Amino acid sequence: MEHAAVAQHAVESGTKIQDLAWAILILPLVMAFGTAVLTPKNRTISAAFNISGVVVAFLLSFTLFCVYGGQSVDATPFHWLPVAGLDAEMGLHLDALSTLMLMVVTGVGSLVMIYSIGYMHEDRSYTRFFSTLSLFVFSMLGIVLANNLLMLFVFWELVGVSSYLLIGFWYEKPSAGDASKKAFLTNRIGDFGFMLGILAIWSLAGTLDIADLKAKFVANPALLGPWAGLAGLLIFMGAMGKSAQFPLHVWLPDAMEGPTPVSALIHAATMVAAGVYMLCRVFFLYTATPGWPAALGFLDGISAASIISCIGGFTALFAAVIAVQQDDIKRILAYSTLSQLGLMVMAVGLGAKTGDASASMYHLVTHAGFKAMLFLGAGSVIHACHHEQDIWKMGGLRSKMPKTFWTFALGTAALAGLPPFSGFYSKDEILAVALEANPIFFGVGVLVTVLTTFYMSRLVLVAFFGKPRGEGADHAHESPSSMTLPLLVLAVPSAFIAWLPLGEFLSGHFKPGHATHGGDILFGPFNHNPIAAVFGLGAVLFGFSLAYSLYGKAPAQDPLSAKLGLLSQAMRNRFYIDEIYDGIVVPLHNLLSQIADAIDRWLIAGIAVRGLSGVVEIAGRALRLVQTGSIQTYAFLFTAGVLLIVLLALK
Amino acid sequence: MTPGLHHYLIVSALLFSLGLLGVVARRNLFVIFMGLELMLNAANLALVAFSRYHNNLNGQVMVFFIITVAAAEVAVGLALLVALYRKRQTAHVEDLTSLKL
Repeated sequence: MEHAAVAQHAVESGTKIQDLAWAILILPLVMAFGTAVLTPKNRTISAAFNISGVVVAFLLSFTLFCVYGGQSVDATPFHWLPVAGLDAEMGLHLDALSTLMLMVVTGVGSLVMIYSIGYMHEDRSYTRFFSTLSLFVFSMLGIVLANNLLMLFVFWELVGVSSYLLIGFWYEKPSAGDASKKAFLTNRIGDFGFMLGILAIWSLAGTLDIADLKAKFVANPALLGPWAGLAGLLIFMGAMGKSAQFPLHVWLPDAMEGPTPVSALIHAATMVAAGVYMLCRVFFLYTATPGWPAALGFLDGISAASIISCIGGFTALFAAVIAVQQDDIKRILAYSTLSQLGLMVMAVGLGAKTGDASASMYHLVTHAGFKAMLFLGAGSVIHACHHEQDIWKMGGLRSKMPKTFWTFALGTAALAGLPPFSGFYSKDEILAVALEANPIFFGVGVLVTVLTTFYMSRLVLVAFFGKPRGEGADHAHESPSSMTLPLLVLAVPSAFIAWLPLGEFLSGHFKPGHATHGGDILFGPFNHNPIAAVFGLGAVLFGFSLAYSLYGKAPAQDPLSAKLGLLSQAMRNRFYIDEIYDGIVVPLHNLLSQIADAIDRWLIAGIAVRGLSGVVEIAGRALRLVQTGSIQTYAFLFTAGVLLIVLLALK
Repeated sequence: MTPGLHHYLIVSALLFSLGLLGVVARRNLFVIFMGLELMLNAANLALVAFSRYHNNLNGQVMVFFIITVAAAEVAVGLALLVALYRKRQTAHVEDLTSLKL
């Protein structure tokens, strides 16, 4: 009844409720520029405005979510660039995916910003930090809401820029500057593939509007013909960059050079999830009929989706193994993020078989909550220990920082996948999809779960139990309430999100009218897919008991390093991927750039530009000698010319 | 031997060449000016010679015009030269280069 009245009102006034989406998108941008320009010196006002912008955006998102639920509606678009053959539009699309992501981005965003009041308190570039965070939220909302691939790409790049600005926030530290450049350049590689993919789709399908594309694909699954596989993989390259999939994963661990709230918001909850979100957005590409051009004939029979799931599975396992032997608290979490993103990407690829990627979206949402909480908890620990990040110099923080400890432990339980916390249910969906599609991937998923539980338990046991091993941990005390409050708020969804039928909600988006599992949500996994649930739970218990046997007695150093020997060395050095890049990619790149430089310097600037101007100049100088300005010379030449003509005429 | 047309023309050509040499080679403006007058008179001589040769008075009428115009031209030219000399204390072309780059 009320809903009908609202709709009636909307028709009369000409503006629609869904146009609120524009307000959600623009608000953080206005706040970012407003505070950066008008109040760069006033810390309190800058923080207040930026935070309120994102909080209001969250409230509006919540309103939209309540009004529309999983319905698919478009906000009034505007025409941006009408070019021949392409009407580039700026339009916002609301559906189950985007309204849910809106709430994740603005919700985690507001909490992270509130947390930053305490964390960044001593920083002198307070306003710059908050306005850049707002800029990031704006860009991320653009990705979430975009209704066409061109607009999505524009905001995709904006996210890259704001991530660059935030990783390099402490730009006076050379390592931060290097990390920001590395992140930006690595992302550019992925983005280049993404752009090629968009161009391929545009030239073959003739539209970039996601809804139009989807309709065309439904009508004709072989729309892209032999290019389907390649276009899918190129689009996936964008996700590989942003979601840090092997081999473009190298930037994410280094991105931890940025302030911890940035790591929580951008490099755990939102930006790195953008790749997975984008894959879910264009999921119809991967359920379409696979095909390859003749040159790639050897790939016949393999779909782009299966390549995606291989890369995702490999990244998940690879990163989890590395995380086992990291000592920096943020790096452990970074590799854990990589590994979880790998699982999500794997689930997208595997979901293509059944046409349902809801498992990966579900995991994305729960992961955003608990991983942001874990990062904020890590930030609280780092803050308390006077910027000490090595877990082997911590210890005994449990009694000193009870709020941080309990939320961190809850986050760990959720990440590991212990029921009844959120991670168990989303990971279970992924395991169920994997079991259905391919037992190898199921094995990978279970192994990753064991490793995840192991390294997270190691982190908690070493940092929070036993006795303090360092000066910082000795004097640690609980963080201010602006920092613990967001932790407590984030603990709520991590603990209780499983009570909400989110998985059903999302699979309704991919398969409207699909029969839901129904029944008890809490024990649901054990009913509808007992094998996956039991293996998931068993993996958690196994991983924890393994970690407890090694780290339960609070050793002074890592007993595993001695046991694993060389392997531990390789894991600590991240399997030398960075060194391999330094050895192969960097010299190759240097060589190419030197060749390009030589061509530019000698061929283009030398011969083409300087050569042309040189010829003109020399000719000019030569001709100038003729123009003496002396009338006598002219008279002489004139007479000589007349004589010459007369002679020629007489001949 | 009575002088024929070609004698007059040779004298005219010699006078013209002398005048041209003066215009091209000398550096003093007065001498250049005199060279110009010499060239004009060489042309006059040729015109008179042709007029006589063809028994046609048109050429001599032309010469009268030339003499008149030349007188006017000399008056203006000399006035300019005197004014220039008063201003710059020189009449040498090498010294009059203020318009040169």
